Amino acid sequence: MQHEDFDAGREIARLRAGNPRIGAIASFIGAVRDVNEGDSVDELTLDHYPGMTEKALAKIVAEARGRWNVIDTLVIHRIGTLKPTDQIVLVVVTSAHRGEAFAACEFLIDYLKTRAPFWKKESTPEGERWVEARASDAAAAARWTQTP
Amino acid sequence: MGTTDENALATAAIIVTVLYFARLRQSLGLAIERIELPPGAASVRGLREMLRARGGAWTEELAPDRPVCIAVNEEMAEPETALRHGDEVAFFPPVTGG
Repeated sequence: MQHEDFDAGREIARLRAGNPRIGAIASFIGAVRDVNEGDSVDELTLDHYPGMTEKALAKIVAEARGRWNVIDTLVIHRIGTLKPTDQIVLVVVTSAHRGEAFAACEFLIDYLKTRAPFWKKESTPEGERWVEARASDAAAAARWTQTP
Repeated sequence: MGTTDENALATAAIIVTVLYFARLRQSLGLAIERIELPPGAASVRGLREMLRARGGAWTEELAPDRPVCIAVNEEMAEPETALRHGDEVAFFPPVTGG
């Protein structure tokens, strides 16, 4: 968790530095959109539960490592107030081959979205509102329990 | 410890720290409090019902049909999860990060 922005290129370079076993690097970046549920969004504030967030992320990473033969993983999630186009989250997975990197990366972001204690509050022209959890996110996470 | 101390411990009050996050913290107007639980209510369900009985926003936000997540000592809990003295219990809406 950090307030500061991140540089995906630098983070990826650091993660794979000097490791010739890595043949695949998959990454996901989530960014702030300027519209949600039909309303324009001026600002997004990210709240979290310090302590539990770290534990929940560690658990999700451990589960990914148990399912796929990955070499390394990195998750950076920003907190605080962000603007449209700002980066929110970075997930990077390295592995020998692409299949495991792609799958683990998608699993990590799906589980982060439904299990890590972060909450978004949007600032719209009509005022502030807490973002409601989406059924589509729950469905995306549930896919991983159906296909072993 | 002698028998007297053990008896005193068994009947001692169960005090838990309760945290509220996101929409719940805002609508309940509270981030943290300490609550003494009657021995019979020392479970996640018991605590939720006790808080719901406060009326107003409490009754509304903690109604059984509202999707409220509850963690005990930073792990997701079930209604049946028992509470012990010194536990940290957190109430929050479904998460929306990423």
